Amino acid sequence: MAKYKIVHYLNQFFAGIGGEEMADYKPELREGVVGPGGALAAALGPDYEIVATVICGDNYFGENLDEATDTIIEMVKKYEPDVFVAGPAFNAGRYGVACGTICKAVEERLGIPVLTAEYEENPGTDMFKKDVIIVKTGNSSADMKNAIPTMAKLIKKMATGEEILGPAVEGYHERGIRVNYFAEKRGSERGLEMLIKKMKGEPFETDLPMPKFDRVAPADPIKDIKHATIAVVTSGGVVPQGNPDHIESSNATKFGEYSIAGKDSMSPDEFTTIHGGYDRQFVMANPNLVVPLDVLRELEKAGEFGKLYDSFFTTTGTGTATGSAAKFGDAIGKKLKEDGVDGVILVST
Amino acid sequence: MKLELGKIKINDIKFADKTEVKDHVLYVNKEEVEKLVLEDDKLIGCHLEIAHPGESTRITPVKDVIEPRVKVSGGEIFPGVIGKVTPPVGTGRTHALDGMTVVTVGRIVGFQEGVIDMSGVAADYCPFSKTVNLCVVIEPAEGLETHVYEKAGRMAGLKVAAYLGETARNLEPDTLETYETKPIFEQAAEYPDLPKVGYIHMLQSQGLLHDTYYYGVDAKNFVPTFMYPTEIMDGAIVSGNCVAPCDKVTTYHHFHNPVIEDCYKHHGKDINFMGVILTNENVFLADKERHSDMVAKLAEYMGLDGVLITEEGYGNPDTDLMMNCKKVEQKGIKVVLITDEFPGKDGKSQSLADTCDEATALASCGQGNMTLQFPAMDKVIGTQDYIESQIGGWAGCVNPDGSFEAEIQIIIASTIANGFNKLAARGY
Repeated sequence: MAKYKIVHYLNQFFAGIGGEEMADYKPELREGVVGPGGALAAALGPDYEIVATVICGDNYFGENLDEATDTIIEMVKKYEPDVFVAGPAFNAGRYGVACGTICKAVEERLGIPVLTAEYEENPGTDMFKKDVIIVKTGNSSADMKNAIPTMAKLIKKMATGEEILGPAVEGYHERGIRVNYFAEKRGSERGLEMLIKKMKGEPFETDLPMPKFDRVAPADPIKDIKHATIAVVTSGGVVPQGNPDHIESSNATKFGEYSIAGKDSMSPDEFTTIHGGYDRQFVMANPNLVVPLDVLRELEKAGEFGKLYDSFFTTTGTGTATGSAAKFGDAIGKKLKEDGVDGVILVST
Repeated sequence: MKLELGKIKINDIKFADKTEVKDHVLYVNKEEVEKLVLEDDKLIGCHLEIAHPGESTRITPVKDVIEPRVKVSGGEIFPGVIGKVTPPVGTGRTHALDGMTVVTVGRIVGFQEGVIDMSGVAADYCPFSKTVNLCVVIEPAEGLETHVYEKAGRMAGLKVAAYLGETARNLEPDTLETYETKPIFEQAAEYPDLPKVGYIHMLQSQGLLHDTYYYGVDAKNFVPTFMYPTEIMDGAIVSGNCVAPCDKVTTYHHFHNPVIEDCYKHHGKDINFMGVILTNENVFLADKERHSDMVAKLAEYMGLDGVLITEEGYGNPDTDLMMNCKKVEQKGIKVVLITDEFPGKDGKSQSLADTCDEATALASCGQGNMTLQFPAMDKVIGTQDYIESQIGGWAGCVNPDGSFEAEIQIIIASTIANGFNKLAARGY
């Protein structure tokens, strides 16, 4: 008996069911190998067995994303595979997106290592390369002979827990994950060598291609400020004394929501800051410097705006990953929107 | 300006009746050092401990790390802070105790003080796991205001380093290195065919625990200026800060600035090293704009063909880094940035808080968010009481046996953004 079990995912075309006319094909489970699974099984050798193949039409998957995903997860689950493999999808766009989607879901929900393979311009590559290891392929199935051995090598590493090396070595799309290593030369020497090349006009390779930022367009102005509900959100690390939710002083993984209902001012006896990136002294003595409750209450009483929201949201901005910040922003925004907040004062430090 | 730097190799530190160096061992009179530290009435306690490479020892919370040096040709070390600012700094002869450091340790001022492990997995990431360290453990007076405590700790370390440096005054150094940078026209004429390279050195200047001193002047109060590279080797710049521990440029690192050292190595071979432009990282936008304009102007004025830029800290100073990069490149001068990265624990977020199109060349000093399992140590110099709230730690990260999990940003100088280490990050 084989040591390691694999479940394979294919679309209707590669499973030999049909082309575009069969793209509405519902998820089907077959025992054993189908289509390109044969070549993969051969490359994997006797220690590995493709125990089942899941087949799904590309349109069906795309149009019934949640349902298809749930169904397929259930199908995969009962086999308890060591690795889940989808594709290769080459440059087939809907198939590529389906492979990425199902791989990500299997990894997240079942905790099983996953692998797919796609051409660099397949939209699925851009969408999922951060989450899933996607082997580089050519743009058509003519490249199957190259894709299969690369996939087999990575599947074996995943099954046995052997270290997966960098994208250039292993032949997968760079995922944009920053990983440390000890270089041969120190940073200053590498930087100087890069500068000498740059000054000569010779080709050089930067260690970090500049990231692209997710820019958020400002919202429209509030039309009726006199009746608007205003909330305070801050990355200044102001929390109740004792930091009950244990928000980190740097690289926060969470945010807190704390009540200011019925309070006229942020008392230093009640609030402090745990931010590790600025001079906290003044804010510890007067937390209103970051959550300006005192002034906001005055303006509220004077009728300058409608109402102050009953709590404020807070986290630590310093060293906090943009991925975490985006999650916090989505969650806080959702809650504020549900509660009918019209405007937010975002206090940075 | 020409400086001779003599290095005396120190293999061990021992306590003794007389403070002196004999056969590559530094003997230290404990009482004298403790008395020196306690001259400051802000400090009510001081004791010394020695940490050797390979020992099961952890030092934390670490405030600064300093190499003892002495001016043997007239002049004084740490001008404007400990010593006088004249005669000229960065010229003549200086002796250094090589292979050892003074480490100041004590209750945290902020969250920014870090960890040095003398063995185990974290030792690979810290330059001071490989030196013999004389730890000066200080205890502040009750209720001391943080700014005052920070200064007391800073001065204690510098005073001890200057005191120990005196032992090297009449010793014959094991090695003697010579560094020279000439006045600007002479320097340009010396190697007319080599590209003229400068170093833009950004000093941390954001506020409490984020300050640096140049001849005793708080760096947030100056405008960008020129500096002969050798001035730094006499202690013209001292650290008054603990930014995140991982990218703290300690006073030791100012003495041993890697960009300056490497530019001198290439000087006259494939570059003409013209000197240093010193600037800061103030938090006000007006300062950022004015000082990046001035940096670009000075780079142009010096006739540079290329520059290396380093920063200290992350987040807010990334804006200064990018403004400097953009404006210098727009003068037609080639730029390479050296910095570290903070892409989150999973490594998937953006590494920097700001970017610009001109930043086409960057040497990475590693990413500070990766986590390590720090083993329990037989001995802790200082206290582990604050690990969970120090930068890189989190609530619940410490186990009952004293082992803990934390991001490597808790380790002193692990990803220092001036290229001192070999650690780097790459895309996976």
